[in-house]
Amino acid sequence: MYTPKTFMALTGLVAALAFASTGIAAERFDFGKPATQKQIAGWNIDVDPDGTGAPAGHGTVTQGKEIYANKCASCHGDKGQGKPMDRLVGGQGTLASAKPVKTVGSYWPYASTVFDYIRRAMPFNAPGSLSNDEVYSVTAYLLYMNGIVDKNAKLDKEQIAQIKMPNRDGFIRPDPRPDTHNILCMQNCK
Amino acid sequence: MNSKKSNRGDEVKNRLSADLTQTDIATPVRSMHRRQFLKTGAVVAGTALMAGGLGPIAARAASTKNNLPPNTPEWMLKQGHPIVTPPYGVPSKYESDVIRRPTDLTPTDISSWSFTPLQDLHGIVTPNGLVYERHHAGVPAIDPAEHRLMIHGMVDNPKIFTVEDLKRFPAVSHFYFLECSGNTLTEWVKPKGKTVQSTHGLLSCCEWTGVPLSTVLQEVGLKHGASWLLAEGADAAALDRSVPISKALDDAILVYAQNGEALRPEQGYPLRLLLPGFEGNMSVKWLRRIEVGDKPFMSHEETAKYTDLMPDGKARILTFVMEAKSVITSPSGGHRLHDKGFHEIRGLAWSGSGRISRVDVSVDGGRNWRRAELQGPVLPKCLTRFRIPWEWRGKEAILQSRTMDDTGYVQPTLKQLVAVRGTHSVYHYNAIQSWHVAADGEVTNVHA
Ligand code: HEC
Repeated sequence: MYTPKTFMALTGLVAALAFASTGIAAERFDFGKPATQKQIAGWNIDVDPDGTGAPAGHGTVTQGKEIYANKCASCHGDKGQGKPMDRLVGGQGTLASAKPVKTVGSYWPYASTVFDYIRRAMPFNAPGSLSNDEVYSVTAYLLYMNGIVDKNAKLDKEQIAQIKMPNRDGFIRPDPRPDTHNILCMQNCK
Repeated sequence: MNSKKSNRGDEVKNRLSADLTQTDIATPVRSMHRRQFLKTGAVVAGTALMAGGLGPIAARAASTKNNLPPNTPEWMLKQGHPIVTPPYGVPSKYESDVIRRPTDLTPTDISSWSFTPLQDLHGIVTPNGLVYERHHAGVPAIDPAEHRLMIHGMVDNPKIFTVEDLKRFPAVSHFYFLECSGNTLTEWVKPKGKTVQSTHGLLSCCEWTGVPLSTVLQEVGLKHGASWLLAEGADAAALDRSVPISKALDDAILVYAQNGEALRPEQGYPLRLLLPGFEGNMSVKWLRRIEVGDKPFMSHEETAKYTDLMPDGKARILTFVMEAKSVITSPSGGHRLHDKGFHEIRGLAWSGSGRISRVDVSVDGGRNWRRAELQGPVLPKCLTRFRIPWEWRGKEAILQSRTMDDTGYVQPTLKQLVAVRGTHSVYHYNAIQSWHVAADGEVTNVHA
């Protein structure tokens, strides 16, 4: 049951929450536990365009070639041509054509996303099974197959943020919608 | 077999055995019983053989006749099932056609999608078992006791919450639609989907219950300059999307229940993000992590996918809102009108920008329009059911619906949409849908 004291506390809480949007530190429910640095480090897996989050380690095109052949080619084709799954190579210069081909090489704006995505989701049938060095290597190999780095390239935390992808400037922001302007015609409209 | 004795007189007793005979021959799965009956006598056996020859549908029709006036229906002459068989109720066996159906466009069913059978649903709520699916690495089997939500990054107090922690916060419940950004993607160039399920079925609507994300962000304290967050799932794709803080503080919910019960596994059990009116992909399922930052994180899903390629080869990025759209669900592709005369045209309208203001319906391919009635209450970012009477005279017709939301935005024609976006943008298709009714009553998908 509510004692006057808890009632006061609740009223205070409601008042504090009402100020929530001002950013003033307000009274809290105190649910949940503090996340330790170690816990955060284990889960904080995203790698961002400026290289934030890229782990220690490195890889080479040569090593990547072998990993790709063993762990990726069965689904993406020996040269990244696709079949049965997504095509990973080629398509540059097709985006404005009648048959646009969107791949890592032709479409993706950031190299960080290639590393990030492979680390979080590939190989499709064994996610999370590659070491950071292996992810750097196979990323380097995909970039090499797309003509973005040369065959002696080495990839690491610093490099990943430096690479300029061919379609880096191919994206439009902010969202320009609404971009259609239909009207409420009711009679003899066509 | 016939253990129950009728106490309603001889006439009924005689009818009882006749009805049971009919029931058993009408139901192919009960072939054991049918064989037993075949042995019981020449007359009955003859009936059974004839019905068997006609196939199950004809047999069922025959059985139905015996249940019609003036006869007493067979189900009044024996007791029904006891309670809790099964403990979690399921639809009638006669509704076995009302199911999600998969796309045939993906090379794997682990990253794939299935459609809600909109043509079979009524009102605005999607039953939980029929909510459309889209997963990128299958449905994880998560033990809620072992699930955590971590919130970190530009916050004062990085925290880890259990699902029970989140349930203790003050809760909210709201009806919102959820639409995949790729809904209707097959229709840009040619009319492809045969039914409204395949053209528009990446669309569902539930009552979602959870804690406002703003409440939980308040709990961890946003640092000055925080403007984006990354939401990440605990599936094998660790699917992640960037969300503007303005949306997070507006109407985003950390959801643990849908339509009154715990989230279904394929909807993110035990915890998902729900961003009302935004493309479905952003309402990250199996939510395990929120990282607060000051710019978009540029994940795979928001760069390689879910970007809208324009005719000039540039692509729109971070396009979140599902704009106003509507579709007639009855009659719709695959239906057949059998009778001339009165038909109620029924459909759904929705807008990620707000409330539906009106829906107009045309039966002549967009030349003349009449205003449909909206089922109330009309809720923001929620499916809205519309209905309008129609007299079908047995002639060819083209049915269309066109909606306007409370921002004044009017759903475009296909021509208008393609004029600005071309045909390669894949996502965010919201053009007016056309259903052709032939003189023989057959309804098909057309571009008109
Ligand atoms: C068992 C089949 C399979 C294997 C093996 C596999 N992949 Fe994939 N890959 C897929 C599927 C399926 C998708 C699409 C996932 C989705 O729909 O979200 C995909 C998507 C990708 C993409 C994104 C393509 C795009 O344009 O969106 C990249 C990059 C990729 N894989 C890289 C790799 C690499 C590198 C390996 C090896 C380490 C690998 N894959 C192994 C099946 C596989």
